[in-house]
Amino acid sequence: MKKGNMPLIIGVVVIVVIGLVFFMQGGDKTAKKSGDSSAPIVIPTHNWSSQIVMAYVIGGIFESMGNNVSYVNADSQAVYESIRIGDVTISHEVWESAFGKSFDTARDKGGLLDWGDHEARTLEDMGYPNWVVEKGLCPGLPDWTALKNPDCAKNFTTPDSPDGKGRMLEGPQTWHGDLIPQRVDALGLGDLWWVKFAGSADALWAELAAAEKEGRGTIIFNWTPNFTDGAGFTFIDFPPYTAGCRPADGGDGKCGSPDGYLKKAVHEDFPNTHPAAAAAFKKMSFSTSQIGAMAALVDVDKMTHEDAAKKWLADNESVWKAFTK
Amino acid sequence: MQFIKKYPKAFQWLFLLVIFFALCFAIEVPETYKFIRGQAEFVKDPNQSFYVFLGKEVRYYAFDVFWRLPPLLGWLPIWINDSLFFLMNEWLPMEFWNSDTQTYKTRPLVLQVTREITSIMTFLIELIREILLGGLKTIVAFTSWDWVGSNSWAKMPGLPWTVVAAGSAILAYKLSGKGLAIFAGLVMVYISIFGQWKPSMQTLSFILVAAPLSFVFGLGFGIAAYKSKRVEKALYPILLVMQTMPQYAVLVPALVLFGVGDHAAVIITMIVAVPPMILLTLLGLRAVPPEVIEAGRMSGCNNWQLMFKVLIPTARRDILIGVNQVIMVCFSMAVISAFIGAKGLGFNLLLALNQLNIGLALEAGLCISLIAILLDKMSLAWANKQVDYFGNLTFFERNKNAIFFGVTVLIGIVLAYLGSFFFKQGFNYLFEVPHNKGISTADFWNKGVDWIFDTFFVYIKAFNTWLIVEVLQPMRALYLRMPAVATLVLVVGAGYLIGGIRSALVVCGLTLFIALSPWWDRALVTTYMATFGVIVSCIIGFTVGTLSFQNKHSANFMLGVCDIFQTFPSFVYLIPVMMLFGITDTSVLIAVIVYATIPATRYTIEGLRSVPTALHDAATMSGVNKFQRLTKIEFPLAFPHMMLGLNQTIVFALFMVIIGAFIGTEDLGQYILKALSDKNGAGIGLTLGICVAFIGLIFDNLIRTWVGQRKKHLGID
Repeated sequence: MKKGNMPLIIGVVVIVVIGLVFFMQGGDKTAKKSGDSSAPIVIPTHNWSSQIVMAYVIGGIFESMGNNVSYVNADSQAVYESIRIGDVTISHEVWESAFGKSFDTARDKGGLLDWGDHEARTLEDMGYPNWVVEKGLCPGLPDWTALKNPDCAKNFTTPDSPDGKGRMLEGPQTWHGDLIPQRVDALGLGDLWWVKFAGSADALWAELAAAEKEGRGTIIFNWTPNFTDGAGFTFIDFPPYTAGCRPADGGDGKCGSPDGYLKKAVHEDFPNTHPAAAAAFKKMSFSTSQIGAMAALVDVDKMTHEDAAKKWLADNESVWKAFTK
Repeated sequence: MQFIKKYPKAFQWLFLLVIFFALCFAIEVPETYKFIRGQAEFVKDPNQSFYVFLGKEVRYYAFDVFWRLPPLLGWLPIWINDSLFFLMNEWLPMEFWNSDTQTYKTRPLVLQVTREITSIMTFLIELIREILLGGLKTIVAFTSWDWVGSNSWAKMPGLPWTVVAAGSAILAYKLSGKGLAIFAGLVMVYISIFGQWKPSMQTLSFILVAAPLSFVFGLGFGIAAYKSKRVEKALYPILLVMQTMPQYAVLVPALVLFGVGDHAAVIITMIVAVPPMILLTLLGLRAVPPEVIEAGRMSGCNNWQLMFKVLIPTARRDILIGVNQVIMVCFSMAVISAFIGAKGLGFNLLLALNQLNIGLALEAGLCISLIAILLDKMSLAWANKQVDYFGNLTFFERNKNAIFFGVTVLIGIVLAYLGSFFFKQGFNYLFEVPHNKGISTADFWNKGVDWIFDTFFVYIKAFNTWLIVEVLQPMRALYLRMPAVATLVLVVGAGYLIGGIRSALVVCGLTLFIALSPWWDRALVTTYMATFGVIVSCIIGFTVGTLSFQNKHSANFMLGVCDIFQTFPSFVYLIPVMMLFGITDTSVLIAVIVYATIPATRYTIEGLRSVPTALHDAATMSGVNKFQRLTKIEFPLAFPHMMLGLNQTIVFALFMVIIGAFIGTEDLGQYILKALSDKNGAGIGLTLGICVAFIGLIFDNLIRTWVGQRKKHLGID
């Protein structure tokens, strides 16, 4: 090939490509199908299994409706601010007692819409793995008055316990502040029990696994629906929650945690840009057992989150098809 | 009297200690004093005092000022927060066209600007990611989602892993030779057959954006600082703080300003990676001999030519070491940036840890280590490569690597194409080994941890109980027992004795900042853990370093081990340690010691190596034995260098104590962690980070001043 031909050939190629592109774009405008924008719906993933699998399940449902989806890892508290600004489009697991406050603040500032509840109810409180009762480490549980027994508390001491008190392992202090220590004091358990704050959810699960191996008792903070549901975990029955019973609301603190909602939230523009997807998302509602099943595919069957979501979608077509209609 | 005259310094130190202890005993612990609850900002308590400054209300428990200073800086985090919020949400709202909803929308200027920056970053990351893995977003950036949706052929195909592996081997060969080429090939094959290809390339794609950008900014600021004294003066304190600040603390403001996602990870990585680049550029340019500059001027260079044709090529080595530092820092951020939404190895690692799958986390961590070491070696080879100005080569000889690479691309694509017929199950192994279909050794590692647990648990528990009851609890109590005034006197006195009035003032300022913040108690706990960690790490590091220095090969081996541990994400060992030692301070301290022993060992070996061989020979000739040589000659001469190692050990220990918050601590780290998930956390996170940085800087100042004097005294440097 002579050297002089190169620019000519390149020129022709470029012109053809540009022409093609314009042609395609022209054809495209008439070919638009549903009312939904084809910009991707941004779904957040957090760091626990059920939430990630459900993100891929919901993403799969949206994709089956012809939408584009993208996933972003986000912090579970900070995500509401991201939705408000529009960096993230939806959130599908808003836990009342953990994220209710962040959710309310973001909604009140504007930009975030409440998009209905799931069928599942949530509970977050102190509890114990079932072998604690099977081994008779603390007879009388789950009733909280069993904790008043010094022989019970003795079975839960750790090397760093002050005065040999029993230890309760709370989540990070950032989750509920001093709520649990205040409750322990208010119920008159302060002489027998002390509360240690773990640093992360990982620390809670490590403690659970280590306690199981060692066969010792442990009382940790946990929640449901969670992957621990399947392995046998019982929550302690504290005196029932009533509005205003917590010290932060002016109460005496002698109460357990409330039965809470599991909500969905969307960015305010979502119903306008993706009306069909928004309507389907409003209808979506999963039950505790469905969420537990999603988590178990990963935590018990050791599938990846994407594969778990695919399997769940394939097995439960009748459940999710209803949402899209 | 004789004694005082002979050892004036020793007497001064003794005097300081006497005052310190006298103050400790003279000031009683107030009866109402209670740790942590003392600063509980969660409850409003009528016993709290409060003041209002700049419209911010600060609540605190008041004590005798000798015992604890009031948090006079308590308004600072709230003020930073409110300012940031105002900047992002209220300042200068403008109308912007929103193409999604086809309407105008009012958005504050800063929010819009940061979102524009993020979209550029996202584009760059996606471009590299899709060259490596394939995808749609790059084409979408030029067209639209609708267009791509209706033209299914329009997507980036992605490179098969075989091509990337061969390409990196060829590059390594060109830079250094056969050895590195084999290493590069093996690393890539390892990543691929262990099914870590996709996350590795995701991680690599944001590092390949962050590293060049950090390089450009670092070089730019470095040149600016070289040219102008004023710029240097303004930059210097920021650089110092950045080097000792735990990376977590920067996450929070970055989150507020730039949102979540890979782009935020790039920005946060840049914030951490630019300072060492600036320092090394400055160092390199300063070291250029004036003769070279003169020669450049005489040949008629203008300023631009002088900088880019003369100064930078001469300073090439230091600048390239800066590049090397940038790469290492980028990889050290691979896991941390997963907290603000980076995809890739870091995120997978955190997920695996969340499921307590230590083996899986270990594999992901090892990939990070291996890629980091590979890029590290490549960039060092590049730094040391001499430009061959005189070679008279043919076209083929000059371009053979490029030609080889071209051929590999073809072969790889053909193979991948053939593979698509051969592998029918939907996974084309010649294109990419899917994430969960590779070999995995996770079960082996998990069983290993189980075995250790089952075999040694009884001993571990006994040791743990002893350590906590006999050592850690009393030590912690002692630290908290120090009245604020006594601590100040001790620190300032030490500053004065080591570096005179100037040092004393600097150290006093740094300490006062922490003392006047609302977190003095927590800072004391951080210091207690760091002190314990540093002492043990130094003992281990100095011993291991000295022993392995006795033999050239063992020294090299030890440095290699240090390399691996330094790049290996520290999160991975948090979980097994937690399982074995429980949610206690012991777990945190073990993690601290594992991490902080690295610099202690490294600097001991390098310090001993820096002793001139002439002195060795001189010593041997005067007939000293090996032990005498070590204690009388090598240690005293290597000591300043080893003290710099101590300096690094302190920084590493502090950093790990902060990460220890994930296990469960009651120190500054826990609040930094809290700030991460708190929408009002930006100011708190930043202020806490500065507090930690200042603890590091106090020691940094004292050690550096001392080392400087010592070096002068010994006549080295």
